[in-house]
Amino acid sequence: MTTPLLRVERLEARYGPVRVLHGIALNVYEKEIVVVLGANGAGKTTVLRSISGMVETSGLIEIGGESIKKLNPSEIVRRGVAHVPQGRGTFPELTVEENLKVGAFIRNDKDINNDIETCYESYPVLYERKTQAAGSLSGGEQQMLAVSRALMSRPKLLLMDEPSLGLAPQIVEDLFARFVTMNQNQGTTMLIVEQNAQLALDIAGRAYVLESGEITLEGQAEELAKDDAIRRAYLGA
Amino acid sequence: MDLFLQRVFDAITNGSTYALIAVAMVLIFKATTLINFAQGEQAILGAFAVLQLWYWGIPMWGAVIIGMLFSAVLAAGLERVFIRKFDPADHLPLVIITLGLFLVINAIAAIVWRFDPQSFPQLFPSGNAFTYNNVRLTWYSIFAFGSCVLVLVVFQTLLTKTKIGLAFRAVSSNLESSRLSGIKIGPTLQFGWALAAAAGTLGASIYAANPVLQIEPSMMLRALIFSVSAAALGGLDSLWGALIGGLTIGFVQSVVVQYIPFIPNEMSLSAAVVVLLIVLTLRPSGVLGTKAVERV
Ligand SMILES: Nc1ncnc2c1ncn2[C@@H]1O[C@H](COP(=O)(O)OP(=O)(O)OP(=O)(O)O)[C@@H](O)[C@H]1O
Ligand SMILES: [Mg+2]
Repeated sequence: MTTPLLRVERLEARYGPVRVLHGIALNVYEKEIVVVLGANGAGKTTVLRSISGMVETSGLIEIGGESIKKLNPSEIVRRGVAHVPQGRGTFPELTVEENLKVGAFIRNDKDINNDIETCYESYPVLYERKTQAAGSLSGGEQQMLAVSRALMSRPKLLLMDEPSLGLAPQIVEDLFARFVTMNQNQGTTMLIVEQNAQLALDIAGRAYVLESGEITLEGQAEELAKDDAIRRAYLGA
Repeated sequence: MDLFLQRVFDAITNGSTYALIAVAMVLIFKATTLINFAQGEQAILGAFAVLQLWYWGIPMWGAVIIGMLFSAVLAAGLERVFIRKFDPADHLPLVIITLGLFLVINAIAAIVWRFDPQSFPQLFPSGNAFTYNNVRLTWYSIFAFGSCVLVLVVFQTLLTKTKIGLAFRAVSSNLESSRLSGIKIGPTLQFGWALAAAAGTLGASIYAANPVLQIEPSMMLRALIFSVSAAALGGLDSLWGALIGGLTIGFVQSVVVQYIPFIPNEMSLSAAVVVLLIVLTLRPSGVLGTKAVERV
């Protein structure tokens, strides 16, 4: 097998004295969409924050075969990891366009403006609102902006923390459809953590289930969608 | 009427210098929602450095520029040594540290330069730009106000047109997403500290260069209260608000107090604070301050 783009082994994370991840292993291969399902407090956010270097961890985290454990968040972004945090991923006081420019902060090339144009083409709403404060956008528009902001760094791996949170079902469907398009057209690799299992399993290739800081199930998304335990816990069946 | 006009001119003079210190505070506040209580002392230290350089024979404006650089470097060092190791989101330790810096810098200035007032060389042409009956508008007032506007324009341009300025505003807007966008928080805030200190030193130098004042280590204590009020009045996160706040405080100090006979002159400090309280009761985010725009 090829080296995974993201490899996590024996990952433990703690907040002060409290350990919240107890030895997690997961892999994400290039061009995959992988989803991690888990209830409130399972540790989903902590998994992503560990990868981005925002919490104390032990274990192994590699990007493209190289350890990123000792790097700080700003260096990890430069290794090609972009992270859309849970809830507030935008800069509310900055304009929409400035949000996108901040997304390109680590870049110095000449294509930044092109990428902003491309982003406006996929999300015309953002173009219409480009000089408006991001905080004045609707929840769905903010989430689009947060994702676009993350893409502006031209990441190899896009981490997304509950992108469906607080959005109407229709908007979530539209957003997830765009993730699929992005994945198929640009080959963007994604690791998505979600509670909305239905949609997430629809678009993912593989999935993990996280319970109280431990991976309890993993497999093809299609298979997991048929699993009785999953159906009971996450699909309301 | 003449007297009134004269008071208004005085208000502009004082207000501009308060605004220059207020702007420095606003800059730090914007990024950290922290009031740097040492701002005034850093500024007076800078002004003393300017005076020292001048004693050593450096022409006055050269001395001011070197003094501004000196205080910028000093502030960058203070940020690195005392501020950076603390969580920017946890304010209490930081407030205590800026209060500590306030006391230490004040003591150092007093030890090095003594408490005796010294005259500070002129920065601007002396004399009046305009006289009418008994009303005089001095060149000093015009230049003080002009410097303040200039500093604001420079800051505004830096914050909106440069990459570091954008990073600075990003950090003030959303710390976590800034980190996740690859912005190095420490150096970005350090840039703010340096810039604020440079502006503060310019402000204190202009303040001390007022022909009717002399420089002494505690001269900023009074000005600090006016400046904090000015910053809060304008909206703690608004640069232009600092100017409006400064002018308002200057106005209260020289006009309102003058015309309301039952307020003795000694009360001008409290009058400023009372106005502040009234404005903040009506508009908690200040005259130009941003109200939170999130609509989660
Ligand atoms: N900053 C923190 N300090 C202390 N404990 C924390 C902190 N953040 C999270 N925790 C704890 O760690 C555990 C995992 O939290 P985490 O936020 O990773 O869960 P989550 O799966 O993302 O939950 P949600 O679906 O509610 O977002 C929880 O028990 C939580 O209380
Ligand atoms: Mg979470």
